[in-house]
Amino acid sequence: MSKSAATRARPLSPHLFIYKPIPTMVMSIVHRITGVGLYFGVLLVAAWLLAAATSQEWFDSVSAVYGSWFGRLVLFGYTWVLIHHMLGGIRHLVMDTGNALEKHTSTRLAIMLPFASIALTLVLWVVGYMARGA
Amino acid sequence: MTDFRTPLSRVRGLGAAREGTGHFWYQRLTAVSNLVLILFFVGLIVALSDASFAEVRATLANPMVALALALAFISVCYHMKLGMQIVIEDYIHDELAKLISLMLNIFYTFIVGAIAIFALLKIAFGG
Repeated sequence: MSKSAATRARPLSPHLFIYKPIPTMVMSIVHRITGVGLYFGVLLVAAWLLAAATSQEWFDSVSAVYGSWFGRLVLFGYTWVLIHHMLGGIRHLVMDTGNALEKHTSTRLAIMLPFASIALTLVLWVVGYMARGA
Repeated sequence: MTDFRTPLSRVRGLGAAREGTGHFWYQRLTAVSNLVLILFFVGLIVALSDASFAEVRATLANPMVALALALAFISVCYHMKLGMQIVIEDYIHDELAKLISLMLNIFYTFIVGAIAIFALLKIAFGG
């Protein structure tokens, strides 16, 4: 009886896209996107472990792919996504306790997040290359 | 047997999905364990970046390393399962597509975890 009324196109409230993006909003969706990236990127780690468990040939093939310029680029991106999600996660844990929710504090933290994650990723790779050279 | 609890006490803390805050709690719990275990993993990868096949095998065969990595994969895969579940529930509204996606999410996370832990055990036990 009321089915037609229920399925008729209803007016919707404006969705997120009509709002000007603000830092906390952007970092919220970036946290989710990086999470989804890590979800599929973990296959790279599983493949590496499986190759190490299988044979020298498999390990060499995987190492060759990961060691190529494109492989390194993907691994660098993967490291950044991991660090970003990790720092963002720590920020979320802090906010879960009811802290850092004040408007200016939360905005400042959200703005700092990408800078901190890029800096930490660079530090990690520099240390990695230095460990290689040593 | 007669249940003497009031309807309120039966649902208190559990909610309509009968899980209460379980999902929220385990997402945070695994976030904290991920933090510790992944920092270890990242350090290990940096240390192994120039290692040969034999060196990698020897390191992964160390009981403490194998154990930490196995725990890392359990924690990470559970965290992944919970996280992707929320994404699916938020964006997929068709009931059948949602059901299939939720199933695939669980299959995927279990398979990834199984591959990693199998590989670690094989190396650790020298197979």
